[in-house]
Amino acid sequence: MVRLLEETPLSGLDVVHGAVRLREMPSITRTWLAPYPGHERAMSHALKVAMGLSWPAPGEALEAGSVRLLWAGRAQAWLLGAEPARAFSAHGAVIDQTEGWVELELSGAGRADVLARLTPLDMAAAGFPEGRTARSLLGHVSALFAAGSEAMEIHVMRSMAHTAASDIEDAMRSVAARG
Amino acid sequence: MLIPCPLCGARDLREFTVKGSALTLDRPAADAMPEDWHGYLHLRDNPAGPSRELWWHGAGCGAWLVVQRNTVTHEILSVTLAEQEAGA
Amino acid sequence: MRLCDRGRINRSISLPFTFDGQLLTGHPGDTLASALLANGIRLMGRSFKYHRPRGVMTAGAEEPNALVEVGLGAAMVSNVRATVQELYEGLEARSQNRWPSLRVDALALNDLLSPFLGAGFYYKTFMWPQSFWERVYEPMIRRAAGLGSLVADADPARHEKAFAWCDLLVTGAGPTGLMAALAAGEAGAEVILADESSEPGGRLLSEVEDVGGMPATDWVDTCVARLRAMPNVRLMTRTVVTGAYDGGVYGAFERVGDHLSGPHADLPTDCFWRITARRAVLATGAIERPIAFADNDRPGVMMASAVRSYLNRYGVSPGKRVALFATNDDAYRTARDLRGAGVEVAAIIDPRDAAPAGAEFPVFSDAQVVGTGGRLGLRHIHVRTAGKTRRIPLDTLAVSGGWNPSLHLTSHMGARPQWRGDIHAFVPGNGSAGVPGLSAAGAANGVFDTAGCLAEGLRAARTVLEDLGIPAIAVDLPEAEQDAGRTAPLWLVPGKRRAWVDFQNDVTAKDVKMAGQEGFDSVEYMKRYTTQGMAPDQGKNSNVNALAILADATGRSIEQTGTTIYRPPYSPVPIGALGAGAQGKGFAPERFTTSHSASVARGAPMIEAGLWYRPSYFPAPGETTWRQACDREVTMVRSAVGVCDVSTLGKIELFGPDTGAFLDMVYANRFATLKPGKARYGIMLREDGHVMDDGTTARLSEDHWVMTTTTAAAGEVMAHLEMVQQCFMPQAQVRFTSTTDAWAQFAIAGPRSREVLDTLLDHRIDAETFPFMGCGAVRVNGIDARLFRISFSGEQAYELAVPTRFGTSLWRLLVAQAEGFGGGPYGMEALNVLRIEKGFLTHAELHGRTTAFDLGMQGILSSKKEFIGRAAAARPGLVDPDREQLVGLRPVDREIAIPAGAHLFGHDADPVRVNDEGYVTSSGYSPTLGRYIGLGFLRNGRGRHGEVIKLVDHLRDVYEFCMVCDPVFFDPDGGRARG
Repeated sequence: MVRLLEETPLSGLDVVHGAVRLREMPSITRTWLAPYPGHERAMSHALKVAMGLSWPAPGEALEAGSVRLLWAGRAQAWLLGAEPARAFSAHGAVIDQTEGWVELELSGAGRADVLARLTPLDMAAAGFPEGRTARSLLGHVSALFAAGSEAMEIHVMRSMAHTAASDIEDAMRSVAARG
Repeated sequence: MLIPCPLCGARDLREFTVKGSALTLDRPAADAMPEDWHGYLHLRDNPAGPSRELWWHGAGCGAWLVVQRNTVTHEILSVTLAEQEAGA
Repeated sequence: MRLCDRGRINRSISLPFTFDGQLLTGHPGDTLASALLANGIRLMGRSFKYHRPRGVMTAGAEEPNALVEVGLGAAMVSNVRATVQELYEGLEARSQNRWPSLRVDALALNDLLSPFLGAGFYYKTFMWPQSFWERVYEPMIRRAAGLGSLVADADPARHEKAFAWCDLLVTGAGPTGLMAALAAGEAGAEVILADESSEPGGRLLSEVEDVGGMPATDWVDTCVARLRAMPNVRLMTRTVVTGAYDGGVYGAFERVGDHLSGPHADLPTDCFWRITARRAVLATGAIERPIAFADNDRPGVMMASAVRSYLNRYGVSPGKRVALFATNDDAYRTARDLRGAGVEVAAIIDPRDAAPAGAEFPVFSDAQVVGTGGRLGLRHIHVRTAGKTRRIPLDTLAVSGGWNPSLHLTSHMGARPQWRGDIHAFVPGNGSAGVPGLSAAGAANGVFDTAGCLAEGLRAARTVLEDLGIPAIAVDLPEAEQDAGRTAPLWLVPGKRRAWVDFQNDVTAKDVKMAGQEGFDSVEYMKRYTTQGMAPDQGKNSNVNALAILADATGRSIEQTGTTIYRPPYSPVPIGALGAGAQGKGFAPERFTTSHSASVARGAPMIEAGLWYRPSYFPAPGETTWRQACDREVTMVRSAVGVCDVSTLGKIELFGPDTGAFLDMVYANRFATLKPGKARYGIMLREDGHVMDDGTTARLSEDHWVMTTTTAAAGEVMAHLEMVQQCFMPQAQVRFTSTTDAWAQFAIAGPRSREVLDTLLDHRIDAETFPFMGCGAVRVNGIDARLFRISFSGEQAYELAVPTRFGTSLWRLLVAQAEGFGGGPYGMEALNVLRIEKGFLTHAELHGRTTAFDLGMQGILSSKKEFIGRAAAARPGLVDPDREQLVGLRPVDREIAIPAGAHLFGHDADPVRVNDEGYVTSSGYSPTLGRYIGLGFLRNGRGRHGEVIKLVDHLRDVYEFCMVCDPVFFDPDGGRARG
């Protein structure tokens, strides 16, 4: 009998530069949901029944207990922290993306300054408050951002996690050096 | 340059790629004459002023967009989802 | 000469620095220019063309003369304005454009030749012989003319780029900008206040006047303290806004670390900002303009405003005995400040016929400076008044020809400035090409008195607040000086000697007149003919004077002559700053597979495949060349088993009842008929009928499919699928997303591949459950996995995919198991040879100009359905038998290699372009066949199998004969893959 061992792309990265901390978050069940044309309300209803969450508006992040639903682009959302209900696949695509993306967490007071060096989108709390998500760029890398109260979640494709983390770290160093 | 994506709001140019004229949306029927295909594939106006183009918000939400803009003033006149223009 | 009592410098600290190797000292708060003046150094550079001695003329970013090199080695930066460079301990500066030294410059000979070096002299002189243009004239001119030198080494500076957003961007922190920022900030707007200097205040730091009942500098300090206390206001010093772009985006260049001695290694030298502002107020003030008079370029001739800056801001007197030559009342303010500092005022030369009464200085009315003397610095001037010329000894002449609003940014989207006769200056135009959301205020808008500037700043802020719907809060308007004084126009003092207009480019009044006379009478032509207004300063001092002289020479008014339209950048921006972050690893992301570390550990050289890194080959002990490893790996796969990481291929999962119909639209062949549990090879065309990509798509279940794309085309295919779905099939019940990163996928290829799988899978498989082109779910150690029986090697082969987090572990197991069966890992080189032996395609063949017909796959195009590219692929030109078609190539001489990129010719044809019949796309040594083989495209190639043709590579000097053959070299009936 063989044994397969797990590995994360950044081996549990956790670094601090100045007042900002970057860490690789443990992976959780991530399901890509995309209702078929005309099935948006049905999908929303199925979500409501199964998870107590309705389909998110563009840029919206919803939460019910440990389950979260993040808008992730045109006609698509991510269900995080729960297995999808069987009923969902009657109304749209249900594809496992647990391994496809990696979540990084950027916390600390200067995090918006760090992101301003990488992302052409205003990530200050006033422009991007808690409960918002956005698809944009992190340097050259496609990313999904979700604002929390104390931190920014940055989701990037797994194969590019290394580049994303080193770009962020580089920006963290620049910001820290400015004092 | 900022493009107001109907889903994401005003976004930096670098999140987008341009395909060219929105004529691409008007794909001829399968039994169209070769002349129609020739026009569809090859003939493009080069307007100084309002133009209608197809853009992709590839580094954003992934929506294909119909962007009407003025090539002289660079003013963006309207942005709509291509799937709506295509009759979804 | 350092004064003892004024200026915003810290005299308690001394900063040593060097200029041309000479050790000097200055103080914090100094610029390099003020520190040099304080040390009695007036000669700071040599001019561009004539190598004339030059001293500092201004105290700001518009400086044309005092350009120096700062730093050493690769970190050296040239053309640094000494008036902008802040002093720091250990600063090393050198003068430019001189040899052997600044005081003795051999090329000053050019100055004696000046009668022959006027405008357009290149075009007139270096006409013939033509062969001299590149070999003699250009190197000679480049050596003689020019400013600083370039460093050939890579730029070691740490550049940074950043984005910022605000409601209001205020550019310039003088009285106008401070007032605007204060009013908008108090109302709660998000404000960015950017100023190019090291501290805010603008002209107020250089003037002796009261604002709000206190010294102007105190008012500035109070104001700045209030702004710094507002969380919604960001004050950015050392930041020059360089350009205005579409959508309210502004470029701004911030000097971050270039004023520090030994800055932190992580601190950037500079930062290029992209600021998105809903509204912008341009409060950039005005630049004082010189007057063109004979020999007006000697060190010691300075702008009057610069003299006040050095006195009042830097505590330096530029000279001991100073005269003033001014067309406006600023002269009197300067004289008063000089006297206040204890400096002798030699005379005021006022060209107006009625100089203000009651002056306490020697004043010559209706007078002009007609000449200057002093070889390396000003010694005396000649003044003509009442018909007589008199000589006045002095060391400094302060000049003012009036003020030009710094309106550059208002022109950046095409608006032309407008002439205002009442103030003899151009002001921002109000045409339709203005920058939306940007308005000029204060001196930038032609309002020159302090009280007026404060009022303009407040007004501009109120307008912005109203526009944005932010309620204004009452802000007091402080009292200030109201009289801007009057200006009489004087551009040029007539005379025979040269009078400089553009100091940086050595353009004289005579050159401008000559341009007009020779027909270059449009201001745009004149600029290009004379080079006036080019180079780092972009004519900040000279533009208005030049066009006024041109207007005069061509008998038109200034209004009729017009001005050039300013373009970005307002101030020079290093290319390194624009490209910040894009050097080295910043150029593109790196994508890594889960087997990356293990491959590197085995010594595999990694090569780029798109953004991915893949192993080239896995060297075994004793192997010294890549070929040995490649041959071994190919033979290993053909005889036993090899494993290869194929995770980099694009994987797109599709879901929905209309997926079959959708795939039928994007693929040229049929997919809707594919049964669950099966995979099929397909080709995708572009709408123009050429092949875009190929790959296999598997139907995992009724509604769930997974498509593979080639590694390099994955992004392009994804964008294409999105377009087809959103633009042509918006109602289709299908959704798809990339899962490339979600699965680690490995090829296990070779006759013993199933034996390897049997050691790993929880349940053994057989040919029944996994026939050729079958697919399905399997489990490895209880983990859900996917197995595909597909082959890119021609052998019995499988691809096993597991969730990515198990990839590293599975790779190690696969390699270990394969080795147990006489196999092991194989890399890209072997993969390539294996697929060439089978005539399988990659993007060497699918290069965007080939059709299904060219590839011999015309039979795959379905006639039963519509698909992208169908109509165009049927065009007669794309199925012409004379097109270049895919063929196999085998050298007649077994020992000779085929170079990829070589061209094909008929056996007896001359190897010249008109006889070209095709080219080689792929080649390699086949250990299986014991010879070199290649793939290529040959005109009518399918009809020429068996023909011997000539293969020529002019670049590598290869000329050989090849036999044309079928592109499938090995196992043509495919029996090995089917097992």
